[in-house]
This record gives sequence, C-alpha cells and structure tokens, in this order.
Amino acid sequence: MTDSKYFTTTKKGEIFELKAELNSDKKEKKKEAVKKVIASMTVGKDVSALFPDVVNCMQTDNLELKKLVYLYLMNYAKSQPDMAIMAVNTFVKDCEDPNPLIRALAVRTMGCIRVDKITEYLCEPLRKCLKDEDPYVRKTAAVCVAKLHDINAQLVEDQGFLDTLKDLISDSNPMVVANAVAALSEIAESHPSSNLLDLNPQSINKLLTALNECTEWGQIFILDCLANYTPKDDREAQSICERVTPRLSHANSAVVLSAVKVLMKFMEMLSKDLDYYGTLLKKLAPPLVTLLSAEPELQYVALRNINLIVQKRPEILKHEMKVFFVKYNDPIYVKLEKLDIMIRLASQANIAQVLAELKEYATEVDVDFVRKAVRAIGRCAIKVEQSAERCVSTLLDLIQTKVNYVVQEAIVVIKDIFRKYPNKYESVIATLCENLDSLDEPEARAAMIWIVGEYAERIDNADELLESFLEGFHDESTQVQLQLLTAIVKLFLKKPTETQELVQQVLSLATQDSDNPDLRDRGYIYWRLLSTDPVAAKEVVLAEKPLISEETDLIEPTLLDELICYIGTLASVYHKPPSAFVEGGRGVVHKSLPPRTASSESAESPETAPTGAPPGEQPDVIPAQGDLLGDLLNLDLGPPVSGPPLATSSVQMGAVDLLGGGLDSLIGGTNFVAPPTAAVPANLGAPIGSGLSDLFDLTSGVGTLSGSYVAPKAVWLPAMKAKGLEISGTFTRQVGSISMDLQLTNKALQVMTDFAIQFNRNSFGLAPAAPLQVHAPLSPNQTVEISLPLSTVGSVMKMEPLNNLQVAVKNNIDVFYFSTLYPLHILFVEDGKMDRQMFLATWKDIPNENEAQFQIRDCPLNAGEDSEPPTPAPRLYPGPCTDWGLPRPCDPTEAASSKLQSSNIFTVAKRNVEGQDMLYQSLKLTNGIWVLAELRIQPGNPSCTLSLKCRAPEVSQHVYQAYETILKN
Amino acid sequence: MIHSLFLINSSGDIFLEKHWKSVVSRSVCDYFFEAQERATEAENVPPVIPTPHHYLLSVYRHKIFFVAVIQTEVPPLFVIEFLHRVVDTFQDYFGVCSEPVIKDNVVVVYEVLEEMLDNGFPLATESNILKELIKPPTILRTVVNTITGSTNVGDQLPTGQLSVVPWRRTGVKYTNNEAYFDVIEEIDAIIDKSGSTITAEIQGVIDSCVKLTGMPDLTLSFMNPRLLDDVSFHPCVRFKRWESERILSFIPPDGNFRLLSYHVSAQNLVAIPVYVKHNISFRDSSSLGRFEITVGPKQTMGKTIEGVTVTSQMPKGVLNMSLTPSQGTHTFDPVTKMLSWDVGKINPQKLPSLKGTMSLQAGASKPDENPTINLQFKIQQLAISGLKVNRLDMYGEKYKPFKGIKYMTKAGKFQVRT
Repeated sequence: MTDSKYFTTTKKGEIFELKAELNSDKKEKKKEAVKKVIASMTVGKDVSALFPDVVNCMQTDNLELKKLVYLYLMNYAKSQPDMAIMAVNTFVKDCEDPNPLIRALAVRTMGCIRVDKITEYLCEPLRKCLKDEDPYVRKTAAVCVAKLHDINAQLVEDQGFLDTLKDLISDSNPMVVANAVAALSEIAESHPSSNLLDLNPQSINKLLTALNECTEWGQIFILDCLANYTPKDDREAQSICERVTPRLSHANSAVVLSAVKVLMKFMEMLSKDLDYYGTLLKKLAPPLVTLLSAEPELQYVALRNINLIVQKRPEILKHEMKVFFVKYNDPIYVKLEKLDIMIRLASQANIAQVLAELKEYATEVDVDFVRKAVRAIGRCAIKVEQSAERCVSTLLDLIQTKVNYVVQEAIVVIKDIFRKYPNKYESVIATLCENLDSLDEPEARAAMIWIVGEYAERIDNADELLESFLEGFHDESTQVQLQLLTAIVKLFLKKPTETQELVQQVLSLATQDSDNPDLRDRGYIYWRLLSTDPVAAKEVVLAEKPLISEETDLIEPTLLDELICYIGTLASVYHKPPSAFVEGGRGVVHKSLPPRTASSESAESPETAPTGAPPGEQPDVIPAQGDLLGDLLNLDLGPPVSGPPLATSSVQMGAVDLLGGGLDSLIGGTNFVAPPTAAVPANLGAPIGSGLSDLFDLTSGVGTLSGSYVAPKAVWLPAMKAKGLEISGTFTRQVGSISMDLQLTNKALQVMTDFAIQFNRNSFGLAPAAPLQVHAPLSPNQTVEISLPLSTVGSVMKMEPLNNLQVAVKNNIDVFYFSTLYPLHILFVEDGKMDRQMFLATWKDIPNENEAQFQIRDCPLNAGEDSEPPTPAPRLYPGPCTDWGLPRPCDPTEAASSKLQSSNIFTVAKRNVEGQDMLYQSLKLTNGIWVLAELRIQPGNPSCTLSLKCRAPEVSQHVYQAYETILKN
Repeated sequence: MIHSLFLINSSGDIFLEKHWKSVVSRSVCDYFFEAQERATEAENVPPVIPTPHHYLLSVYRHKIFFVAVIQTEVPPLFVIEFLHRVVDTFQDYFGVCSEPVIKDNVVVVYEVLEEMLDNGFPLATESNILKELIKPPTILRTVVNTITGSTNVGDQLPTGQLSVVPWRRTGVKYTNNEAYFDVIEEIDAIIDKSGSTITAEIQGVIDSCVKLTGMPDLTLSFMNPRLLDDVSFHPCVRFKRWESERILSFIPPDGNFRLLSYHVSAQNLVAIPVYVKHNISFRDSSSLGRFEITVGPKQTMGKTIEGVTVTSQMPKGVLNMSLTPSQGTHTFDPVTKMLSWDVGKINPQKLPSLKGTMSLQAGASKPDENPTINLQFKIQQLAISGLKVNRLDMYGEKYKPFKGIKYMTKAGKFQVRT
C-alpha cells in the first residue's frame, strides 16, 4: 500500500476518471482521488482542468483532505483566478475556527494564492490573525504579511500591516519575533529605502533576548538583522558581541556563519587594546575550523567566506594551516578553495609544510588542480621571500618530471619569480631552455620567450632559440607574437651585431604581414624608435622594470570591507557586492563596516582612530594610471601579473601616448563618458608615420547623426571587470526605432562565443527587440560592432535615477553586469507634436507646482554671431553630417528649433516678447507622457531658459539633460 | 527565501518538484544539467550555480540531487542546511531516502515539505514536531486508516511548537525508562609516505537515545572536558552552564538526537591507532610493478582494531593486479582501477598483508602519481581522544532510569600517501 498506486492510469483517460471520483459521495474515495491529483502534480503533470472539482472538496472537516485541497489550490489558483474566488468563503470561515492549527493553515494558504482579487478578502482575516491570542497563528500571520507584500505592496502599506508587523518585534513569543524580523527583512530587501527595520538599543535588546530562545532558523534571521545595526559606541558593540558569541556553538552552520558576520562587523569598532578583542579573536577560530569538517557543500560556502576572513583578519586562522590541507577525495571545488586559502595563510613559519603539501598536490591526477598547485608554489615564492629559493628548487624538481602541463605551468610562474627577484635565480635558465620544445600552450611559450629575451646576454644561443620560434610566427597566438617581437628587439639591443637580420625579419612580419593592430602598432613603435634614436630605444626597452607586487589577487580593501558585511550570503560566495548581481536590481544599499569609535577618553589614542581599513598596510591592487604609463614599453608584462586583459589595454594607452601626447585620455580603456566638450589635441592632424594614421580609426567609434543626436560611445564595461570583454556603446533613435549600438572587444586571450544580452526591468520598459547577434566567435583582440534594436514593451519598474538601465551580458566565459544611463531623447516619439489649442489647454491644466525651470548655459547656438564657432565637437567620431564647418543658419532660434526637431522635440509656436524669442515645444515619451516646454532665447546671450511642464514631474530633470545635450551638439 | 525544490535522480530526471512561492518552471534545471555535465562526476557539481534569474543550490545525497531554487539574496548555508534537514527527515520517515521510496510516498513527502516551509521560511523542521503533524506511514497505520477512515494528518497543534522546550512533547510515558549515550569519534588524518602525520583531527559526536517519562532534566559531566576545542550543541543544552562549569545540562528531546558534536584538532596530539607499511613501485622499463602493503596497530590502548578495509585508486596505467592477501578478501576493478581489500580484524601477532604484482600498460612511461591509500576501521570501547563521561544525573522526575554509555572510534577520512 504505497502512494505509487496513485500513478496508475486507466484506458478511459486519467482526467475523466479522476473527475468522476472527485465528485463521488464517498469521503474515502474523494480523498483518494485528491491524492491522485496531488501525485500527478508533484511530477509536473498538468491537472488544472480539475480545478472546480477539487475546490468542491474543500468544505470538509477532514483535515488531511483540506490540506490536500489547499496544496492543490496554491499550485493552480493563479491559472484559474475566477474559480479561486470560490474558495474565499471557506478561508474566511476557517480563520474563525476554534482550532489554532486550522486558523493558521487558512491564513497561510490564503497568502499563497497569488491572485489579486483574493487579496482584498484576505485583509480582514489577516488583521485578526496578527492579533490572535495563539502565538502559532501570529507567527504564521507575520509571514503572510510578507507574502501579501510581494503580491500587492501598496495594499499592505495602506492597510497598516507594516506597523503591526513592527509591533510584533516586541511580541512575548520569540518565534513570533523571529518571523516578524524575517518578514520585515524580506520586505525591506525590496524597498531598501523604507527604513523598515529601524533598529534602536531597545529593539536590539528584544532581538537579543529572542535570539536565545527561538529556533535555529529564527536565529539566522535575527543575526542577519543585527548585522545591519550600527552600535553607537564600542561599549554597545562589545555587549552585543558578548551576547552573540554563544551562537558560535550552534550545530547549524548557517547560524554559526551569521554569528561570525555580526562579530566580524562589530569587532571593527572595538579597540585592539581591549582584552576582549583578543578573546573574541580566539573564539572565532574553532567554529570556522569545525565548519570544514562538515559536508562538502557546506565546506565550500565556508571556505569562500574564510577566504574573506583571512584577508581581513589573518590573525584569526594563522595557526590553522593544516585544516586546509587537501584530501585527495575532496570535491574539486573544495580543493581549489583550500589551495587559495593555504597561500593566503602561508608565512615564514609554515612555508616548509605548505611547500611539501603543494609538491604532493602537483603529482595528483586532476589537471586543473595540479596546475593551480604549481601556480601556488610560484605565489609562495613571491609572497614569502625566505622561501623563494626552496620554491624555485621545488619547481625545478617538478620540471624534471617532464609532465607536460606541469612543466608549462612551472615556467609561467618562474617568469614571475624572475621579476620579483631579479638577478638571483637566473642560473636555472639552462634547465628551462631544455624544455623549449615541449611547450605548446601560448602562456608558457610567451613566458619562455620573455625569459629568453630578458636574459639574452646570458644565453649563448638566444638568437637561435628565438629564430626557431619565428618560423611559425603567423600560427602563434597574439600573446606569443607580441612577446617574440619584444624579445627579439631586446636581443638586438643587447647583441646588435649578429642579430640585425633577425630584428628586421620580425619587424617586417609584425608590421607588414600582420592584421593585428596591437602587433602592428608595437612593431611600428619599435621600428621608429630603433631607426631614430637607438640610445633612447635602449633606455626605453631595457628600462628597469618595477618589481611585481606581493599579492596580486587580494580583494580591494573597500570591496573587502563591504563583503565582510555580507558574510554568509551569496555575495560572499561570489566575492562581488550584491549590487553587481542581485536579480531585480532592487537598489541594494551598500553596506560598510562601522568606523571604530570609542565611547570615552580613549578617543585620543591613535590606535582607535576611525579608520575602516588601516591605510598603507594593503598593497595596491590596481596599479595607478601613472604606473601604467611609466611601464610604457615594457609591454610584454604589463602591470604586475594582473592578468592579460589589463596588459593589453595598457598597451593601447602606452602606444598612443607616445605619439599623440595626451591622447590617452580619449582612447584609453578607462571610463570616459562621452565628453562632447573635451578639447581635441591640436597635433592630432599633425603628420604621423603614414602607416600609423589608421590607428585612430580603429579606436574611434563611428557615430551617425542622421536621426536624433547620438552621443559618442562610452565604455560601459571595462575589460578588467568582465574577464577581458570590453563593451562600449551608445543609444540611437532613427525613424522611430531605438537601438543600442554596441562595440564588443575581446581583450582576453580566449575566443568568446555564445553572447546574449538581457535588460533588467527599467523605468520605460526598454528591452531588446531581438537577440544579440554575434555571428562569428570573437577572437582575441577582435572588435565587433552591433546594433541591437530595442523595444519599449518590456516590464516596467521605476529606477533610480529614472534613466538607469541595468544590463547583463553573457558569453561562454561568464555573465557580466553593468548599468548605464540612457539619454532620455531616445524615447521622444515622432508624433510628439501637439496642436496649438491642445498645447495651451494642457499648459494651463498642469498645476504650476509641476513646472520646472532650468538654465542651459553656454549654448553654442546662441553665441554671438561673429564669434568663432566654439570648439568643434571632438572629431574623433567622424560622421557624415556634423554641422562643423558648414555655414550655420544665422537665426539662433531657428537653429535651435530645427536641431531639436531632429530629435523629436517639436516647436508648436514661436513668440517674441521683449526681444526674447520664446519657443513653445512639445514632446511625447514612448510611454505616452507628454512634456511641454518653453524655451526662452535671448539673442547674444549664450544661455537660455527652459521651463518644463509635465504631469510626471520626475522626468523633467532628464528632459532638461536631453535638451542640453542636443543643443550643445 | 527558498522558492522551489527539485529532486533529480542520477540519470537526470526530475522526479519531484515542490514550489513554496509561485511556480518556477522546471526548465531552470537546465542550468543545473549543464553544470552536471561539466563536472563529469556527481560529487563535483558545484553547490551554488547562478542562472540569469535564479540561484540553484544543491546537495547530492543517496544518489539524489536536491536542488533548491532561490531568487533573492539568501544565506546559502541556510539553504544547504535546510536541504540536509529534508534528507534527514525523509530518512527518518521512511527508513531510507531513495528515489523509489520517495515516489512510493509522494503524498506524504509533499505534505511534509509543505509543513517544513511556508513561503520559503522554515516552519517545522524538528522531526519530533513534524511527526505529530504528519504521521509517518507504517503498514499498521495504513491498514487502520483504511478501516476507520482516519487520516495520517494530526489535527492538534503540536505541543512542542510553542513551549520553551520546543524539541520535547509533553505527556511522554514509558514503562522502561532508559537513556543511552554513544560517544563516537572519527579520525580524519593524512599520513605521508614515511609514516609521519601531516594532519590529524578528531570529529566527535554524542548521539543519544533517551526514552524517559515526563520532563526529565539531565546533567552529564566529563572527566576531561577541556579536551574539546570546539563544540556545537543541540538547542536543548544550556550554554551558560557549559561556559561556567563545563557541564552539559539539558531537558532531552524524546527519542534519538545528537546531543553534541565536537572537534579535537591537531594541537592536542591526536593518537593514530594504525599504521600502513607500503612498498609500491613502478619501473620504467618493465611492464610489471611490485605492490605490497601491511597494516598494523599503533596506539590502540590495548583494544582490537576491527572492520578494517583498505581502498586505493590505482593509476590509469595499471591494467591488472595479481595479489595474495594473508587474510580477508580483495578485489580490483580494472575499469575504475579501484583496489579494495576487506581485511577484517587486525591480529597484532600476525599482521595482515597484501602482496603481489601489477601489470602495467606496456610501453607507457611510469605513472606520474602515486596512489593514495584510504583506510576504514573501527575500535570498540575506545574514544581515541581520551574523552570520558564522568556521570549522568537526572532531576525533575522520581523514577530511576537505566543509563548506558558506549564509546567507539572510527576512521573518517583517513588517508595514507605512498
């Protein structure tokens, strides 16, 4: 007698059969039938056709039958909203039942029926249940408020349920408190500004009391809520810490980690001199270690968090290295995390042990893991200077194994060791050279070539070695080609006599036979350098390189501080702030660690100075702009081992700077936001080597101005944030269709495929009208231009600011998120011209408080007639039809009007009052909002006044910005 | 909070879905299948998988993937802990947690899942309370239900739900009052080639079976409580008493529960009860390799080591092995290259050994990696950390209970590198 009998079917058709049984008079038969229906539902069969029959069974005193019907209702009510109303009466009645179990069940189920019509009926029963005498009902009702809020937020606010919920935080029953906190937290997440969880010392005290008595899940909710509180001084912080510490001994690992979060955050406020501070540090270690003996999934999450904790406070786990040693049957995701933490904890004291382990790992089976282990040895060498020698000899041992991927990985890291400790370990070069032939991965080949070039004077046959690579030059990856070019130039500068031929060969290969702009440019630069001033070339190419920094993979301190506030959450697993990935973009509040504040006299002590992260202790992770430029021709390595994407972008910058002087700000890979007023360096047009002139075409976007004004492309997603994918783009509107013009550049070393794009809900429902079509895979250093048509029929959610658009772009590597602001004028529709009468009536109709006034200063159209045209817009964006150089219409008002018209701002009427030109204009947004404008232009005065009237005044600011952009361009 | 749960078997069929908020299309699992394909082995599927709109958190137990779907920022540990609780509950209800059993009891499963979460918030996860709400299926109850027409859904509010001791129901009655405590310790260790310990730690638990009438209040004290580095308690344990006196004081739940789990880490010198002598050699030239291992007792405090099994994943290059054990039986699977030797008891006078040759792929170079030996064993009547219960007292009730304490040491992840 098992439930599998519910799956048997008969010939007549299941639904028919069930229908008959559901309408049977026999209770038992009915129940069996409902069970069959539920069984079908669990495996995903559609049994919604039985809705009326099942709902008919609801009126029963049999609790099991009732529960089953409720289960069914929750699943299907949404598809049959009208029928669902039939159930309302029973719910309302059940909410009055003497049995609290039934009352709670009714209110709970009602909340799960996500049908708008039902929610109105839910309010009264819910209000009663929130004040029910039985705490079981109250705690169920608290959750129901959150459900209702999800369906209809406005209703919940209007009915005052939020206040009732806040009152429940002071309930006598800890479970009710926990559920109220959970519900409020969930609501607050969707309304970050609502300040629902307004915590004060009194409410904190209540929460702390409830913390000891509620269930494990309740404890998690309360702890997460506590973590959002900022104590007023260190005494309060300490007292909260004291009361939270016992949670570290909970069997539920989620409770433990939430407690760790609270402690890590509040510790920030405690003075390091306090005895308590030390005690707390000691108490944190054992629970973290214990988490590592749990199931692998828990371990993984714990390890990701420990990774943050050891970066923030390495002292906590510095003696616990051994627990991170890898067991051979750990899942791979655990192994890789453990390895990462081992390196972070590596120090002079434990380096011998760590190295022995790493060497052991390097002989394991799993290739990914072995590679990472070999890299780890290199990182140890760089991190712990005393161990460098031992690391190098370990790496040499590994190279002796001749296992192909181990050798390649070892050579890559040895290159880094050379950079960190120059002139120390070069004796091993001979050994490395023996393995030249076995290298087949670009990174390893590139590393080896770098080594040969860098130490060309010590390698007798350097020219032969490099020459052997040169044979297959065109088949090599870009990375290797670039390295080879640089290495041969280095070789030439060191041994000019015998390598002249070689250098000429490589320069011609790079400049004449290659299609790759990076390679070609670098080739030209070397060529010019060598031909004009070999001494300077030597100074530049063989300049002393900056040492690479010790820790290249540390999380940036500000981000780390933010992530510490998110311990135990998804953010901590991904090491990204929630704003970077949380779905729904429900405006996430940035959290930060509280500053260290002292309550009393200790304020003067320098120890307690309010600093989040002690300055100077953390090495710079992202090299400053200056470093990049200083690194100018040391192109082969780029900035300290921070990955290839950064390196290539620095190549561009450096190269351009050399020739144009100051151009880097325009072309560089960093965020420059379409500065229409930026001056164009005068020497742009100056004669530059003929082959180089096309350099600028490659970096500049192509804008079209035939429709409404198009802003130049701006970088939206820098390559370093997106694993090498750089996205820049702009928005255009042409003949009624909006599109997003994108330029995707692959700055990574691998081919990118499978592109897709998605928008978050936004204020005007912008959505891609077609999938993102990237036809061919994007190979490294390639750029594609795509115009993505947009529609305005997507789902709408008000964003802050209004014109904010959050975009997710996916490729085969990962999913990336960025947000951008779109100019409002892409939303101005073509039929936005209002007739005169209508305009007048509407202008009067809109209340005056909706009127907004703005000044548009330095409007170029209106400058004195005989003055020179202002600095022409940057000619970086050669378009067919800028007005630069064309005779300008002499009437500034006409000019403005026609200019605005091309962006769908229509002049309805024109008047001249007291020497001022008044333009009355109208425009309509895609969502049907009309905006009326009065533009006042005074001839000879470079600024004009804009008055805007609109029923939705929040758009005014953005319309003004649109005006300004259009008029100024 | 938790949106939905999908149960997926190892062949990739979704055989159960449960939604606590709106219905999430099962197509969301496609992302999971992708990850599963990439991971090649079930154990290597990453526990957190992002998709464009949801996050999938999964655990793999009893050859079933339990995949939870979440949409907002929810602590992942919270979800994973909850999934574990689901697995435990199924096991508790049906004895085993397997696909056929879940399919056989699909309605009960559904009812139970509904009680465990409300709108994604945990509601009743204590198995005591759940069993009062939804009675577990037994043959007897099914028969009775069919005859009397009664149901397996309780219609009373579970008594424990709101009391100060939510884990215990009131009105418990037994004719024989008994309380048993099992102190079980597992050694996790990595031993290197030369036999020295790289890391060793002990994970201990005290599992209890308490069948006592009324509301007993128990205290349990240890001879040497300071051994314990880190402890996690069942919610019934009064933390303050432990902090101040190192005594476990608690009103126990009814039936089986885990009172305490603890951790003794490397600093307190963990005794290693066995050693493995090994001689595994591959030679470059020959297609034969030598294999010899011997297992023997080390610090066992005079107790016998039983239930010893040795497993080892041999390198790919090993085609077959011809071995002779001095005792027990052994198997070698030439496909998975898994060697397993069921040793049984270790007799200190006559140490068990396994000797023989390996035939290697002809012409191939010698394998890069050395096999790691995995050891399982049991020692009765011994807690290897030396932890000892001093006494157990009961207050609050008049009768005299029967008390019992058992010790056992087992191998956890015990690995010997060669």
